[in-house]
Amino acid sequence: MISRRDFLQVSMAAASLTGASGFGSWARLAAQQRLTQDQLLEFETFGNVSLIHITDIHAQLKPIWFREPSVNIGVGPNKGKVPHVTGADFRRLYGIEDGSPSHYALSSGDFSALAQAYGKVGGLDRVATVVKAIRAARPDALLLDGGDTWHGSYTCYQTQAQDMFNVMAALKPDAMTFHWEFTLGSDRVAELVEALPFAALGQNIFDAEWDERAELFPPYKFFESGGVRIAVIGQAFPYMPIANPGWMFPEYSFGIRDQHMQEMVDEVRGQGAELVVCLSHNGFDVDKKMASVVTGIDVILSGHTHDALPEPVLVGDTIIIASGSNGKFVSRVDLDVRDGQMMGFRHKLIPIFSDVIEPDAEMAALIDEERAPYKAELEEVIGTTDSLLYRRGNFNGSWDDLICDALLSERDAEIALSPGVRWGPSLTPGAEITREDIWNVTSMTYPEAYRTEMTGEFLKVVLEDVADNIFNPDPYYQQGGDMVRTGGLGYRIDISRPQGGRISEMTLLKTGEKIDPARSYQVAGWASVNEGTEGPPIWDVVEAHIRKLGTVSTTTRETVDVVGL
Amino acid sequence: MQLTRRETLALGLGAAAMTFLPFRVNAAATDDLIAEFTGGADLAEGGVDLTAPEIAENGNTVPIDVSAPGATAIMVLATGNPTPPVATFNFGPLASEQRASTRIRLAGTQDVVAVAKLADGSFAKASKTVKVTIGGCGG
Repeated sequence: MISRRDFLQVSMAAASLTGASGFGSWARLAAQQRLTQDQLLEFETFGNVSLIHITDIHAQLKPIWFREPSVNIGVGPNKGKVPHVTGADFRRLYGIEDGSPSHYALSSGDFSALAQAYGKVGGLDRVATVVKAIRAARPDALLLDGGDTWHGSYTCYQTQAQDMFNVMAALKPDAMTFHWEFTLGSDRVAELVEALPFAALGQNIFDAEWDERAELFPPYKFFESGGVRIAVIGQAFPYMPIANPGWMFPEYSFGIRDQHMQEMVDEVRGQGAELVVCLSHNGFDVDKKMASVVTGIDVILSGHTHDALPEPVLVGDTIIIASGSNGKFVSRVDLDVRDGQMMGFRHKLIPIFSDVIEPDAEMAALIDEERAPYKAELEEVIGTTDSLLYRRGNFNGSWDDLICDALLSERDAEIALSPGVRWGPSLTPGAEITREDIWNVTSMTYPEAYRTEMTGEFLKVVLEDVADNIFNPDPYYQQGGDMVRTGGLGYRIDISRPQGGRISEMTLLKTGEKIDPARSYQVAGWASVNEGTEGPPIWDVVEAHIRKLGTVSTTTRETVDVVGL
Repeated sequence: MQLTRRETLALGLGAAAMTFLPFRVNAAATDDLIAEFTGGADLAEGGVDLTAPEIAENGNTVPIDVSAPGATAIMVLATGNPTPPVATFNFGPLASEQRASTRIRLAGTQDVVAVAKLADGSFAKASKTVKVTIGGCGG
């Protein structure tokens, strides 16, 4: 939250850096229930450079529902800091009125009711309208895609991301960086990147064997915009081979490599860059730390952790922009760059209200063309839900509960484990569940639903390991996902403790008995990072389960006791 | 984090041991090794750079890099390994650069330490925690 006082301090620190956020004005208009496309796009063009940021689309071509998290705990220096502020606290922090469109777009609480009033969000045809409008005001605006673009839907899986490649080629970004793209396998990634009509950047993408920069991914690219020499440095997701199956892209090594980032910043400054932009898939807390370690970055366009913030966060002289996920938001950042220095900015996080923003006809036609061969499969109704289905949050969402139930019943297991990924749109009560909806929360290239035995002791090791990837107080040791979702297993987590001491009171919910470290349990799960995992794809498991249920009813489950806040 | 039966059995042993073995048990051994190298001299922070990943992509082969301008020797210790000494790099007067890169095997999450003997005979130390994880799920 940038208060007036913060601005004064920033101005002093950066001599003449000034800033403004377009957030307040549309929030007021929205509160009056008079939201129009013009108001959403309203922006007094500022300075001489415009950046457009979109990230973590997860192949969502069409409008969706997306509920923001109600639990997003910050630890260490980020405790209580955005984006770790949710629901009513978030609204109070930014002065958002309850029940307003901003409440619906940016925070959790009353989601099902507000979804009825305000409708779906996103859709790349709507995004195209917004991008075109910004380009009309500033023809040489840079459009930068933060990655997680070639993953996350039925059609993306079936076409090996050709659908997203074609649609994004029409949207014409200037550069992108990467994460889930690599789970297509290094051959397919190379094929797509070589054909890409824009830059594929990643200063931290290295050759695994020689620990040298990977040639396919340049670290940065220069652009000329508004008479300003701009360097855009890419930062791919640092923990790809750990969080995702490294055997699918064994040629590559990643890591944060902040020293190399500093070298790249110095290099581009040496070549006359007047503005240095980092297009990042680090995740928000990692970007904050990196901004405090690396000097000379003006703007970090932050992705990966799916946070949507209506105002930039300032770290030193660096502004960090978080633009949400799933095509729900586009950020516009106008900058005043003079004498090789960023003097001021104006920013607006534009929520893509699908019923308010007119779809771009050309893009809508292209999207329908990409989807046409799969129309029947996509639209087949598998069941209905009378409850809200959502995923985002540090612990189980109702979609995860449903997936875990499917694993327990279809794979005849005592305990289910489901990955704590942050992608996956929501469904509102009363909605039909189509095959597309199931794939939106399960689609990946390693979907095998395994069944195995794990001892109680090993289950604790798994939970402790994943918990430390989220709650390690040093952001550089976090991977940016959420806690592994459990079915049939309850536990207590003390997030203030170090690894090995966070998890206790593990309980087999079926019997109420404490988990015995020495006993083996039948465990079903999916998304194993290990090569050679066997089992039916998770979407078949979930589809079979929903077909049997007909109508899905989920209740709030209190299976995880969170302490140490 | 999720495994086939065979891999679980194989990993279960290693990973369980990984968590429950007290890794910093070698702290005393590390201190002794450093004292032996320095002759008990004080250690300054700064003067030696240690580059290592925050989280190892593969604990069996972790790339590290040490450099200390003007140093005559740099000792590297993996404090949590059953055998902490990794290597001591000695630099002769004709060495153009006092820098070395190698890959090391880490038994689990632990601190990697580099101690350099500088040109003036003083000693400098750098350390970095490298996490070895069984893998997880990204956003």
